[in-house]
Amino acid sequence: MRYPEDIKYNKDHVWVKETGAGTALIGITDYAQTQLSSLVFVNLPEPGDEMVLGDRFCDVESVKAVSDVYSPVSGVVKAINEDLLNTPGAINDDPYSAWLAEAEEVTETEELLTAGEYKTYCEELEGGS
Amino acid sequence: MGYLLNTDLQQQEMLDALGLKSLDELYKGLPASLIRPDGPDIPNGLGEQGIAQAFGRMADKNVVFPTIFRGAGAYRHYIPAVVPAMVGKERFLTGYTPYQAEVSQGTLQSTFEFQTMVCELTGMDAANASMYDGASAAAEAVTMCKDRKRTKAVVLGGVNPRTTDTVKTYCRAAGSPVEVLSAKDGLTDLDALAAALTDDAACVILQQPNYFGLIEDAAAIAELAHSKGAKVIMSVNPISAAVLATPGECGADIAVGEGQPLGIPLSFGGPYLGFMAAKSAMTRKLPGRIAGETVDSQGRRTFVLTLQAREQHIRRETASSNVCSNQALMAVAASVYMAAMGPQGLKEVAMQSYSKAHYLAAELDKAGFKRAHGGEFFHEFVTRSPVDPAKLMAHLEKSGILGGLPLPGGEILWCATEMNSKEEMDALVSLCKEVLS
Amino acid sequence: MKLLFEKSVPGRRSYYLSDLDVPMASLPENLCRKAPPGLPELAETDVTRHYSALESRTFGINDGFYPLGSCTMKYNPKINDSVAGLPGFAGLHPLQPIEGVQGLLEALDMADRCLSQITGMDKMTFQPAAGAHGEFTGLMLFKAYHESRGDAARKTVVVPDSAHGTNPATASMCGMKVVNLPSTADGRVDLVKLQEVVGPDTAGIMLTNPNTLGLFEQEILEITEIVHKAGGLCYYDGANLNAIAGVMRPGDMGFDCVHLNLHKTFSTPHGGGGPGCGAVGCKSFLQKYLPGPQVQKDGGRFTFDQSDESVGNILGFYGNILIVLRALAYIMAYGKDGLPLIAKHALLNANYLKHRLAERFEITNKGLCMHEFIITMEKEAKASGVTAMDMAKAIIDNGMMTPTMYFPLIVKECLMVEPTETEGKETLDEVADTYIRIYDALMADPQAAKAFPVNTVVGRPDEVAAARNPILRYTSVDS
Repeated sequence: MRYPEDIKYNKDHVWVKETGAGTALIGITDYAQTQLSSLVFVNLPEPGDEMVLGDRFCDVESVKAVSDVYSPVSGVVKAINEDLLNTPGAINDDPYSAWLAEAEEVTETEELLTAGEYKTYCEELEGGS
Repeated sequence: MGYLLNTDLQQQEMLDALGLKSLDELYKGLPASLIRPDGPDIPNGLGEQGIAQAFGRMADKNVVFPTIFRGAGAYRHYIPAVVPAMVGKERFLTGYTPYQAEVSQGTLQSTFEFQTMVCELTGMDAANASMYDGASAAAEAVTMCKDRKRTKAVVLGGVNPRTTDTVKTYCRAAGSPVEVLSAKDGLTDLDALAAALTDDAACVILQQPNYFGLIEDAAAIAELAHSKGAKVIMSVNPISAAVLATPGECGADIAVGEGQPLGIPLSFGGPYLGFMAAKSAMTRKLPGRIAGETVDSQGRRTFVLTLQAREQHIRRETASSNVCSNQALMAVAASVYMAAMGPQGLKEVAMQSYSKAHYLAAELDKAGFKRAHGGEFFHEFVTRSPVDPAKLMAHLEKSGILGGLPLPGGEILWCATEMNSKEEMDALVSLCKEVLS
Repeated sequence: MKLLFEKSVPGRRSYYLSDLDVPMASLPENLCRKAPPGLPELAETDVTRHYSALESRTFGINDGFYPLGSCTMKYNPKINDSVAGLPGFAGLHPLQPIEGVQGLLEALDMADRCLSQITGMDKMTFQPAAGAHGEFTGLMLFKAYHESRGDAARKTVVVPDSAHGTNPATASMCGMKVVNLPSTADGRVDLVKLQEVVGPDTAGIMLTNPNTLGLFEQEILEITEIVHKAGGLCYYDGANLNAIAGVMRPGDMGFDCVHLNLHKTFSTPHGGGGPGCGAVGCKSFLQKYLPGPQVQKDGGRFTFDQSDESVGNILGFYGNILIVLRALAYIMAYGKDGLPLIAKHALLNANYLKHRLAERFEITNKGLCMHEFIITMEKEAKASGVTAMDMAKAIIDNGMMTPTMYFPLIVKECLMVEPTETEGKETLDEVADTYIRIYDALMADPQAAKAFPVNTVVGRPDEVAAARNPILRYTSVDS
């Protein structure tokens, strides 16, 4: 399980990488993709859509499950990773380069975990379940 | 009694193993006030002989017309004997939904073949495994077209009122608007359509041939709808689809229809077969079951139910449809029918129906039943009636003929198929003349 | 196995129609499709062989034990097919005069009366084509009722987390908001939580009883009372009626509306996924909102009219009529005294099989179960990697249908077993022996477990490939 140091995480297994003033890339973590197993489709938002902290902004499908992804920020969708529409498996291959959407005009970000904190959290989940 | 298997001895052995004294103890601990000791207030059970006799008596009270000139959404065509023979195969009849692909390749492959045939018939890219019927398929298609800004369904005046009614029910449920347009000389009024295509219009529902049997300028309707940002749902009769320009060629986004004419008996309205196909851009919005091709662990061609993450058992309240079954056995009937008929046979059914309807229209015209509309028609047409349609129908029924369907305003919707011989049609016209004189 | 299209021989055909006996009319060129549809060109021999081969690759109810939990796969008596297929029913046009369908309406009326008695309702409609279609009907009735009272703010539907996915999906289709009700630790409705979530916005509750965990909601009278007191209505999802039919009635439990899956409890064949019938029954205060025309007896004659206040139609015609006839034939075979034995023997068989399997498997239902029970292989999956899926696939390899896998969603690694009443003790003993033998073999060699099934025409399908790159139709190689 990988937990890169240069990004932050939340407890819903979403990662956030700040890319500039008020912009951030958002994706799902290695832990999330392992739990979901092979992804077969992603339903992405459209550029310009509003993102509200804590609200669903896209979903990812595996063969027999669909998982909503909740936004860790409030802002606006600047861009989406359209490549994922044809190759959703890229998220399984490398969840940290396969970003889902980029947010801009970020006004609010939830309190995020560092790589170390998130790693501890995931290990607790594994141990506890 | 009925179809139970356990003998008294077996029952006793099982109760003993469970430490119970009687069958009633299986319900012990449940609210006693709810248990009804006497059974339901229904008649006593019958042996199979009694059941057969009771149904025989009820069936005999019905009138099965040897000659039918009525369609309006349910059509009598010739059903080759091979169709019921294949549909009656026990495993098709009794098998469950093919979730376990390894032991359901027959149902799955048959579904895949059905989907392919529907695509071929409609000129679309992808079809689902079927819907309850044509009307509910149209209603479900509306849901596929709606988005946050566009929610209104525009239903053309030439759509079968039963389909329109079903669409209205579904839209009322969802709280989305429906605008039903009036027909002009039996066809679509493009000006009225343009006016109805407001910014909130999600789709236009068009029927080909329409309820009055007329052939619409579907391409022009589709072009207009698209120019206003609305999607096009085209409901087609599968027999005429063998010869008329396809929904794909006309620019429709979704094709739906009632598959009953494809080898399914009239059966007082059901079970029938809805079919639905879409352009590739809308594939993932299709409701219900879809079979797909893949490989098994050894690389052998294998069929499975696929794209399941669209469906209710996974999406629950975020699913756009609750459909979780299809009319699988009816889809087998339609597939066998199309396979047996082949492209030539299906075209022949279409052209015989077309030719006979045109012969009948000309003969009725001579007898004073003038067509109500001017446009091209397929195998149904509307006439005015110089006599009270109710009186005419009663007269025809005495001779074993189910005449055309009386419409509001004293008009009659007639239908002819390959089942109607020249002799029958001439007899019909004579009877019409009798009523006139 | 080749597809129909791959067996096509250009120019081959069968002949079914008589020669055209009127002049051939020609269709204007501009109206015609550009090319004929790419249907296969076959003789009848090709067609019959093809479908015989497909049939042999399908598992029917008479091929072996078929314990799909929550699906009620019972024997489908042959007489039911034969009476439904009588020309006096199958040959009727749906728009023919009512005088000529009196016998059919008599049958529908009889089915209405019997099913109303069995459920404790006042009137049935047969228009819904499936259970999900029935749920849609039921919520439309609720909506119409609340709106008629000017109580349109009622827009939430309470659904337990153990419910079938159709319940929340139906609520969404009806423009209602779903309130998910978490179950108690023992898997039942939590009265305290229920009390918290109901209020002036509650349209109703959708409940399956016994629920999808195979548990009877003991406090059902309290549940329906809480909902009614809050101004909501109670909908009974009849998916599990086989456990209680003839013994208890949803109407007596306080439900206002029910749907029945005639293809489950009343034994109409599943047809590989349909047609079924999701007949809906309701108490008299909802009757006027029912979709479709209603059969009424008016002196010696049956009428078939739709109420002015009906929610509208949900199908083009009146429903899957031939399915209703089959269900009626089934009810007639049991009658007043026999009908309760269906449920009792369903429970007897389920409890006996559970008792036999309990020596090896962990079963979530403690004490007596209703008509089905749930095996969980969570421990085995963790300890040795042997999953419920592995167990199911090995069962297939032994010539039996699997139990329902991975439902309900709230039990991990589960297999839901519903033997139904149409099995005998000797079969249940054989099944128990087989399950135990399979279990021991899998646990002895967990690695090998992944290979099953091997005795089927194909092995486990690559579902990921199917969903990532959907191939949904045949395309000829040269096109």
